[in-house]
Amino acid sequence: MTEGVPLAPAAAPAPAPAPVPRAPRGLPARLLVIHTPRAWLVLAIAAVILGLVVPLVAPDYMVPLFGKFLCYGIAALALDLIWGYAGILSLGHALFFALGGYGMGMYLMRSIAGEGVYRSQLPDFMVFLDWKALPWYWRGMDSFPFAITMALLVPGLLALVFGWFAFRSRIKGVYLSIVTQALTYAAMLLFFQNATGFGGNNGLTDFKRILGWPLHDPATRRALYVATVIALVFAYLLCRFVVTSKLGRVLAAIRDAELKTRFCGYESTNYKLFAWTLSALLCAMAGALYVPQVGIINPSEMQPSNSIEMAIWVAVGGRGTLWGALLGAWLINGAKSWLTAALPSAWLYVLGALFVVVTLFLPDGVAGLGRVFSRLTKRGRGS
Amino acid sequence: MTAEVAAETRPPPPATDLALWVENVTVSFDGFRALDDITLLLERGELRCLIGPNGAGKTTLQDVITGKTRPDTGAVYLGSRLNDLTKLAECDIAKMGVGRKFQRPTVFQGHTVFENCMLALSGAKGVWRSLFGRLGAAQRARIDEVLETVGLVAERDRLAGVLAHGQKQWLEIGMLLCQDPQVLLIDEPVAGMTPPEMERTAALLHRMAGQRTVVVVEHDMEFVRSIARKVTVLHEGRILAEGPMDQIQKNPRVVEVYLGA
Repeated sequence: MTEGVPLAPAAAPAPAPAPVPRAPRGLPARLLVIHTPRAWLVLAIAAVILGLVVPLVAPDYMVPLFGKFLCYGIAALALDLIWGYAGILSLGHALFFALGGYGMGMYLMRSIAGEGVYRSQLPDFMVFLDWKALPWYWRGMDSFPFAITMALLVPGLLALVFGWFAFRSRIKGVYLSIVTQALTYAAMLLFFQNATGFGGNNGLTDFKRILGWPLHDPATRRALYVATVIALVFAYLLCRFVVTSKLGRVLAAIRDAELKTRFCGYESTNYKLFAWTLSALLCAMAGALYVPQVGIINPSEMQPSNSIEMAIWVAVGGRGTLWGALLGAWLINGAKSWLTAALPSAWLYVLGALFVVVTLFLPDGVAGLGRVFSRLTKRGRGS
Repeated sequence: MTAEVAAETRPPPPATDLALWVENVTVSFDGFRALDDITLLLERGELRCLIGPNGAGKTTLQDVITGKTRPDTGAVYLGSRLNDLTKLAECDIAKMGVGRKFQRPTVFQGHTVFENCMLALSGAKGVWRSLFGRLGAAQRARIDEVLETVGLVAERDRLAGVLAHGQKQWLEIGMLLCQDPQVLLIDEPVAGMTPPEMERTAALLHRMAGQRTVVVVEHDMEFVRSIARKVTVLHEGRILAEGPMDQIQKNPRVVEVYLGA
């Protein structure tokens, strides 16, 4: 501030603004805001590799594993949207993931009515409990479109209602994290009970087919995998659209200085609620795609460690960069798959150590490594 | 005008040339009266300085006007009896035209200078409009004009978090200009500024005051003297004195509690 621009003469009436060139508008312009042409190209190549090359070359048994990773990737994107951009750390995203999964699981259960151990029209666990009729909340779940709608609608509504109360009461920071964790824990206990009507601690399993296609068929598995790739690309672009919009800037502003954002005229509650609900919906979508590929959904999906692990994916990958969150989810789960086979007792220690190291030395995660590196090389080139 | 004003005996304010009036506002925190039956009238276009020792209630008064703190009793009207700010949320008050600069410069650290101004810009502040709306050329031009006024053109694309303290002060003032409020509350605008910067700030505040109402809270008496037309002295949650600066300086009670011997 050593040489300021001199002030214009005081109180002069503002002259008519000079004609300014119009900014480019429309869809092409918006697409270029979302990504540079080069990034679009990288994205297209990545999508082709993931969606076409991988299913063609991967062995059959690997396909559902990769599909599972993609679902985790979608969940990581969802968490990053709310944590990395809006600064709200949810330790309850496993709840939305599991609810989406249960929605899909209910459809899969209904599609094998009459083929269970007891040859009953009811799912086996209901026969076992000596229930005579389907509970009201299972009705209609034999329809795929209805089940998918519910798999998204129920977690979405739960997020909306919970978020409304939490954000309106200005619960934030660690308090909000604890409340989300408590909510998830309560839901887990509820789902563990047989009387709740979701199969108790066994959950829903023994699925046989989806939309008439046998689930054990490699072709069905590949189709599910490709559907998950499409969902991932959709989720990524949607998140990217949000974070590159003005709304994304407002979210980051709320993260950095919420009161100031309110004094600028933004109702921060509505913004947080939007991001929170969208995040829950994406997470539910991931859960719904996850269940047919792993073949089971049970309440242990809601255990606290699952939500915490999601947060670790995002922290390790890099909060506030969508690709970082994806990378984190895949790195950690890749390491987990490998280590739990090679050295099962070591995994939790490795995970804990990783979290500590990232928190202490890499606040921007793996995505931040690139930034550090580019800064270093720039400096090197400059001197 | 006498320096001492008994707030209770004032006639009801005429609704014409008043920009904002605070009427019999009391705020207590755990029995401590931060504001004790304050009445304050601000005319359109006026530049008012608010001074007083620490704990006098200056910040609480701003909190009440901007909706951060709800008063126990009393009301704050903006332009008309119909607009009681004490019933509204912070963001609605901001949209109605009250802007605030905090004591510690508060900018959005993770955003560029330009983005900070963009966020402050008056206009639609709803979720959907933010998601689908695009910044028009006229709005860009407006931001660039403001950046020129506050001397931050060169910093346009730098992150606000890396700016020097004085630049953050300017940025926050720039954001207020973008917000284009009718009433501005400015807390310690020249803290951490060099004398030439202070001069520029004084000129800018005067310029802003013409159309808008500007309330400045400041401890730097030199600066207050250089800008103030009218000064209000707060002390222990009450208005101790109000009037032109030279009268205030001669007021024995003000000298006793604030200006010092």
